Amino acid sequence: MKLLNVSGSPHVHSDESTKKIMWRVNLALVPALLVAIAYFGLNALLVSIVSVAACVLFQWLIEKFIMKQPTTNIWDGSAVITGLLLAFNVPATCEMVWIVAIGALVAIGIGKMSFGGLGKNPFNPALVGRVFMLISFPVQMTTWPVPAAKAFSFSADAVTGATPLGILKEGGAEALPQAWELIVGHMGGSMGEVSALAILIGAIYLLIRKVITWHIPVAFIGTAFLMSLICGACGMAPEGVNAGYYAVQQILMGGIMLGACFMATDMVTSPMSKSGQLIFGVGCGLLTIIIRNWGSYPEGVSFAILLMNAVTPLINRGFKPKRFAK
Amino acid sequence: MGGVHPEENKISTNAVIEKFPVPAQMTVLMNQHLGAPATPIVAKGDKVKVGQLIGEAQAFMCANVHSPVSGTVKDITAVKDPFGMMKPAIVIDVEGDEWMETIDRTPDIKRECNLDSKEVIAKLKEMGIVGLGGATFPAHIKYAVPEGKKAEYLIINAVECEPYLTSDHRVMLEHAEEICIGIDILRGALNVPHAYIGIENNKPEPIAHMQKVAAQFGGRLIVEPLKVKYPQGAEKQLINAITGRCVPSGKLPIDVGCVVSNVGTTFAVYEAIQKNKPLIENILTVTGKKLPSQHNYQVRIGTTYSDIIKHSIGELPATTGKVISGGPMMGKAMCNLDAPTVKGASSVLVIDEGEAVRAQESNCIRCGKCMMACPMGLEPYLFSALVRNDRFEEAGANNILDCIECGCCFFSCPANKPLLDEIRLGKNKMRAILAAKKK
Amino acid sequence: MDINVILLAVLILGVTGAIFAVVLYIVAQKFKVIEDPMIDQIADVLPGANCGGCGKAGCRAMAEAFVKQGNMEGLSCPAGGAAVAEKVAAILGCVAEASDPKVAVLRCNGSCSNAPAKNHYDGLKDCAFANSVYTGESGCSFGCLGLGNCAKACQFGALSVDPETGLPVVDEEKCTACGACVKACPRNLIELRKKGMKNRRVFVACRNTEKGGVARKNCSAACIGCGKCQKVCKKEAITIEKNLCYIDWTKCVACGLCVNECPTGAIHAVNFTPVKPKPKVEAPAAEAPKVDTPKVETPATPKTE
Repeated sequence: MKLLNVSGSPHVHSDESTKKIMWRVNLALVPALLVAIAYFGLNALLVSIVSVAACVLFQWLIEKFIMKQPTTNIWDGSAVITGLLLAFNVPATCEMVWIVAIGALVAIGIGKMSFGGLGKNPFNPALVGRVFMLISFPVQMTTWPVPAAKAFSFSADAVTGATPLGILKEGGAEALPQAWELIVGHMGGSMGEVSALAILIGAIYLLIRKVITWHIPVAFIGTAFLMSLICGACGMAPEGVNAGYYAVQQILMGGIMLGACFMATDMVTSPMSKSGQLIFGVGCGLLTIIIRNWGSYPEGVSFAILLMNAVTPLINRGFKPKRFAK
Repeated sequence: MGGVHPEENKISTNAVIEKFPVPAQMTVLMNQHLGAPATPIVAKGDKVKVGQLIGEAQAFMCANVHSPVSGTVKDITAVKDPFGMMKPAIVIDVEGDEWMETIDRTPDIKRECNLDSKEVIAKLKEMGIVGLGGATFPAHIKYAVPEGKKAEYLIINAVECEPYLTSDHRVMLEHAEEICIGIDILRGALNVPHAYIGIENNKPEPIAHMQKVAAQFGGRLIVEPLKVKYPQGAEKQLINAITGRCVPSGKLPIDVGCVVSNVGTTFAVYEAIQKNKPLIENILTVTGKKLPSQHNYQVRIGTTYSDIIKHSIGELPATTGKVISGGPMMGKAMCNLDAPTVKGASSVLVIDEGEAVRAQESNCIRCGKCMMACPMGLEPYLFSALVRNDRFEEAGANNILDCIECGCCFFSCPANKPLLDEIRLGKNKMRAILAAKKK
Repeated sequence: MDINVILLAVLILGVTGAIFAVVLYIVAQKFKVIEDPMIDQIADVLPGANCGGCGKAGCRAMAEAFVKQGNMEGLSCPAGGAAVAEKVAAILGCVAEASDPKVAVLRCNGSCSNAPAKNHYDGLKDCAFANSVYTGESGCSFGCLGLGNCAKACQFGALSVDPETGLPVVDEEKCTACGACVKACPRNLIELRKKGMKNRRVFVACRNTEKGGVARKNCSAACIGCGKCQKVCKKEAITIEKNLCYIDWTKCVACGLCVNECPTGAIHAVNFTPVKPKPKVEAPAAEAPKVDTPKVETPATPKTE
């Protein structure tokens, strides 16, 4: 007979694994990807494929040749998430194909592997990559294709237009999308963030599978909504738009939905305790609206989340879970 | 707060309790309880009867040990326990089955008990009763409420939240009446109006049966069905679920007016008080997914695990990974099956190698599942990091000593980090630091 | 571009820099910590490994202790040994206490072949934890667990677990006898012993106090407390307590007589050249069951003295 195993208790384990969690997140991103392909044509698919492939490849190269790990972790799905989110954060244009590859190198190389790989990175790798691209390639990163009428086609010379947030920043109200367009995402913008509906479907799946909890998304979106409501009431809404509708526009336009559901909830870079997660979400919401209204960029989700990532260790230290009998 | 839902796997539920045959030789360990070992009071070559006192409690935290068989004392020596550690023991060659005359072996149920509190406690001490829920805390110490403290609740732990284990389940179905008499005696000894029996909702049969029997006791015994969740049966969690009170960090249940006993203990209490039978037998589950048959046995304490395995299933399956004494969440993996059972033993659980081998650990992804699962509201991921960096005092400042070692953190960790191992290590180091500071 | 812009920029930066320089200077003067320069000097000559072998929190704390006390009484850096002690003494202006150089030895011979695994340990790779769970893979509750807490504790890279035997090996060139491994071992298996003449050492590589038969069940190289070694020892260096022999290194002259006498091979002799005639080694081995580990070890690179 074989030797008996001995170890401390417990002797059974739930079937949870890092790999399963990561692939569930990937699955949750699929609806948004399909919408992106439908609106922006095969460009979107091409950018996504390049982004994912680049992320996985860079992780493999770094693990193999720099960290000299005997085994590779590329199959755990985390590099795929980074790749997808990176692609979701850029406009679906042809030029982005090579820019996103550079972004992937920064996201994986600097954002993740330089800290020791999955679990050790203080900042969300996809956002590190995105901010790098935004600062390095400002023109390409803000040339937005408008959703094409003909889905699933290459539209090399897609009409480009401003994002709704850009329009708001300029103070115009006439060119803003309609309410239904906001919900399904028929507007200009980064390819993955336009459709609130597709993102919500993914987020609900993650909530059901207990990959994320409601705390961060609700705190994030709720704070952004309230803040916008106040701003709108104080006369920051464009002419002819009431404060309530302005606030709805604010949370549906730009990256708040994607950021709140998929990027702020990144386990590695968000706080652990529920109270900490609420603080984190509120902070993200506040910073986003502050940057949108008073910063020089029309969009502030990436910066807001990265800034809150930076204070996550402090939040973890300050906001402990409720102890038993205390 | 916290908790997990492991697969229940109560596959031995329907196995009726069988009497386990008396083996040819018996090894009785002298420390089967929390505290100092008992002192042997027999000599080599002495004849002993079933139920005769052979190990006497001489220290304060100690319990009497009685002979589970009749025969000749072969040796007073040290033997290896299931974990390979040397323990003082008495080896007895079994001859016949001659019981002490004082023990009432009739099957009749004796209801009346006229003993007062002090007499009950003295009897518990005499009969070597210890808590059978796992900690084997001597009962006579638990029920002697210290000066200045007052018991308000007697809580009977019949939760059996550990997967696989069914001994409490069976004993409630087969000996409900005896159990209820035992509980009523303990209730009287504590002088509290009610005793609460906590049973998890996933055991509808015992709940119904116990409710029916408890109804005969004039409302003094109350059956409390509880939410199914591991670790519902942990002492602090059970008190909280039944009374709403919280035992503060570093305090005992009696500090919030509660006394908690396992349901198996109450059966032993009945037998000790009403039948004069010392704690020489307990109920043991033999179970495992790959075993040819499942059993619940009434075993003489001191039978070796290899005897139990041989008699019940013949041989361990070839794919056996671990043999565990206790449940899969808090039980201990055994390495020496030739060791004898002890009073606190509740099962022989055979786990297949597929489940028994731990998966490769990977980086913590800070998902917080350990924290959400922790019933004490602690941060296992933090302890892991602190212990790995020898920062024990910081772990202490984060209440590492409050950990009840239920195993929920490791159970739920997607990165397979040995969180509980690290926490135990940290607790040991922290206790050593505190002890050094006291000096 | 207007030249004034450049000038203005230079001016502003220059003035800002100058102001900061003044502020920094004032702050630095105000909060200056006056420290005995000897502390720095001594800290420089100490090994700097912060091993904790001296009992202080680190090398700097030790340097402070030296300076505070003003002499070396009761303070010694085990890692640095005599060389460091002399340097410190020179700085302090006192005489260094002489002490024998020591080295760590492992008092267990439960290698994979001598004490084969009887179960498989699958928990945290930490000796202290495994020790709290059970006896260990060999079944001997006194023996080495082989999970390497000593190697982790060693700041000098002198200890490593040999994957072949499952036991830690001491690199005596690197070992400074700081004692970190002694504290790290939960079973107290590592002892600091005198390096000895020509680096030769003889010691009992076992701490099992069980009766002979029980101990041998788990490990073929266990000390069974038979006392043969005690009889041949001319220096009365060997004591037997609870079925276990111990060689007092203050008395042992490393004659090697006991080594050949031991029926189980529990006595280790290090750095002896195998000059004994062969039959003598074989004779006891024929009586006792086969012993796997050779009784005489020679290091790959003999130390020259």
